[in-house]
Amino acid sequence: MKKIAKDKLSLLWKKIAENYQLFLPITEGKVVNFSIWEEGAEVDLNTLRTVNSPKNIIFPQTETYLKFKKEGKKLNLEVVANKGEYVVFGVRSCDVASFKLLDNVFLDEPIDKFYEESRKKGLIISQACLNPQETCFCNSFGINPELAPEGADISTWELGDLLFWEAQSEKGKNLTEALGDILEEVIEDEQEKLNQLKTGIKDRLKDLPLAQINPETIGGDLKEIFDSEIWDELHRRCLGCGMCTYVCPTCHCYDVKDYDGNKGGERFRCWDSCMFSDFTMMAHGNPRTTQKERVRQRFMHKLVYYTNNYKSYACVGCGRCTEKCPVSLDIVKVIKKLGGERNEL
Amino acid sequence: MSCNCHDDPLVPVIAVVDRIREDTADIKTFQVKKPKEGLPFTFKPGQCAMLSVPPVGEAIFSITSSPTQQNFLEFSIKNVGKVTDCLHQVEEGTEIGIRGPYGNNFPVEEFKGKDLLFIGGGIGLAPLRSVINYTLDNRNDYGKIDIVYGARSPKDFVHSNDLYHNWVQAEGTDVHLTIDKEFEDWKGNVGFVPQYIEELNFSCDKVALVCGPPIMIKFVLEVLEKLGFDQKQIYTTLELKMKCGIGKCGRCNIGDKYVCKDGPVFRCDELGKLPDEY
Ligand SMILES: Cc1cc2nc3c(=O)[nH]c(=O)nc-3n(C[C@H](O)[C@H](O)[C@H](O)COP(=O)(O)OP(=O)(O)OC[C@H]3O[C@@H](n4cnc5c(N)ncnc54)[C@H](O)[C@@H]3O)c2cc1C
Ligand code: SF4
Ligand code: SF4
Ligand code: FES
Repeated sequence: MKKIAKDKLSLLWKKIAENYQLFLPITEGKVVNFSIWEEGAEVDLNTLRTVNSPKNIIFPQTETYLKFKKEGKKLNLEVVANKGEYVVFGVRSCDVASFKLLDNVFLDEPIDKFYEESRKKGLIISQACLNPQETCFCNSFGINPELAPEGADISTWELGDLLFWEAQSEKGKNLTEALGDILEEVIEDEQEKLNQLKTGIKDRLKDLPLAQINPETIGGDLKEIFDSEIWDELHRRCLGCGMCTYVCPTCHCYDVKDYDGNKGGERFRCWDSCMFSDFTMMAHGNPRTTQKERVRQRFMHKLVYYTNNYKSYACVGCGRCTEKCPVSLDIVKVIKKLGGERNEL
Repeated sequence: MSCNCHDDPLVPVIAVVDRIREDTADIKTFQVKKPKEGLPFTFKPGQCAMLSVPPVGEAIFSITSSPTQQNFLEFSIKNVGKVTDCLHQVEEGTEIGIRGPYGNNFPVEEFKGKDLLFIGGGIGLAPLRSVINYTLDNRNDYGKIDIVYGARSPKDFVHSNDLYHNWVQAEGTDVHLTIDKEFEDWKGNVGFVPQYIEELNFSCDKVALVCGPPIMIKFVLEVLEKLGFDQKQIYTTLELKMKCGIGKCGRCNIGDKYVCKDGPVFRCDELGKLPDEY
């Protein structure tokens, strides 16, 4: 295990940025989001949850993948592959876990090559959460924010003025080696302190207000849950704004569109939302006519459909939807209600 | 930059629209092949493909030709919106993009030795025609073939050459046509497809393949059950809005199934296990 004094981090970032595009949680205006690091950027390693998840980096919100030229009856297609190597630093355990959930979809046959390329070119550096927040419930989905998350190439822990650093993958080891003259070796005493720190985080998790949330309490089979009466009430206040789906690190629905620019056409894909009425609209009608069907779709996808297909829930308990929904309709309420809590509003 | 994105499933290949036939006022049939010659890909009856007309977009269509037709793929396309309208403007010899094949297929191997009942409405004949021509090209493998097809009027029949000639003349094959409302000089049946099926009173030892507007499918299934058909003998194809065709864009699911990948062909007992959201 390695370490670095926190006041030397900008040196480390500078070194990484020489060879990679480096993304860090950076304050812009009043919000913290993952953006490209440049010298002088206001890095914020304390904020647990960026407003947007880092999903945008591995699965861009808009991605042009095809250019075409038409000459008379001839058509010419050109594939656009524009990703360089990149490093994302400071990814929290929940967001690291969300990448695996996206992998399940995009790396399943037939493999999404654009996504695969993007994943190959990326190196993920996680940061353990010292102070999980009131809205966090990652633990309910089997995520342990004190440990090195599966899927991180390098994991880090803050301890006082130090940042501990441990390579997890081949990629991570190579970068660690390349940073050999900046990183230092951890001493035994510090290792012990780190263990205490991890135990401390574990204890704190138990006292969080959402610690008892448990998706396993949801009873019934697919059709029973689909027909549950909770959907009749729950959807009423939903505005159909789609915010929940855009901030969610595990939502993967997208649209494909053509754009006719003056220099020839392009095809791109962009995030889309099952909360929008035209998502499933067809010439002969819409199978999801009201917001009830759409709300049901979003939550059943996360808690039942995805689970049937990939043996895992499609939620990492990041709490973004609980924080951002303007009418407080979130997955915590749905899990509680489906789990039989009748008093839940 | 090294990247194997060129064979990404979302990237179409170039194909050429070789022949275009006007079937009805709003349906045209397109023959599509590789720019030199031959099929862009092999497929099975019931599968679909995404056709691209940049810079307007792409849309999914059933391959209406049979895999036994080795020279081209055929698509019968109804003009309902942006992409379909653009396709209708296309001239012979124009290059388009194509990707596929997508979805599952009708299990033609399992149908061997059985009598087949095809029930189609409007543009819903498209996927059925692939199976009909496949079975007729392998005539000895299959039993009696009945084709029931309905449209608003005789002017709305697609593939009239098949309906009036090829299929009528085929061995052991009966074609039963019906139209919604009385029409000048029409001597055939008048009435909706479900009623007509009931009147024809088919014996229930056949395999039924149903495709058409959702409302037609719903009533046909009721009638078939009344005639004694088991759900396991009935196959249908579903239509939901699609973008990727490969189970990733999240658009076409019914419960935990993606119609683009796990469908579009469903046996009715399997369909019964899914939530009613299509
Ligand atoms: C598995 C499958 C097989 C199909 N096979 C055929 C076929 O053989 N022949 C044929 O003519 N059509 C077929 N369709 C329907 C065809 O895909 C749509 O008509 C087409 O996508 C409309 O595109 P557009 O750009 O012209 O319409 P748009 O301009 O996008 O929209 C026009 C209207 O059509 C709706 N629409 C958009 N996408 C679809 C869709 N996938 N299905 C139905 N309505 C849609 C829009 O919401 C809007 O109301 C099939 C659809 C599916 C899912
Ligand atoms: S559903 Fe809500 S809590 Fe779960 S991963 Fe998405 S945004 Fe986070
Ligand atoms: S659940 Fe909330 S955030 Fe999501 S669409 Fe409805 S109102 Fe918007
Ligand atoms: S069309 Fe994208 S999931 Fe089926």
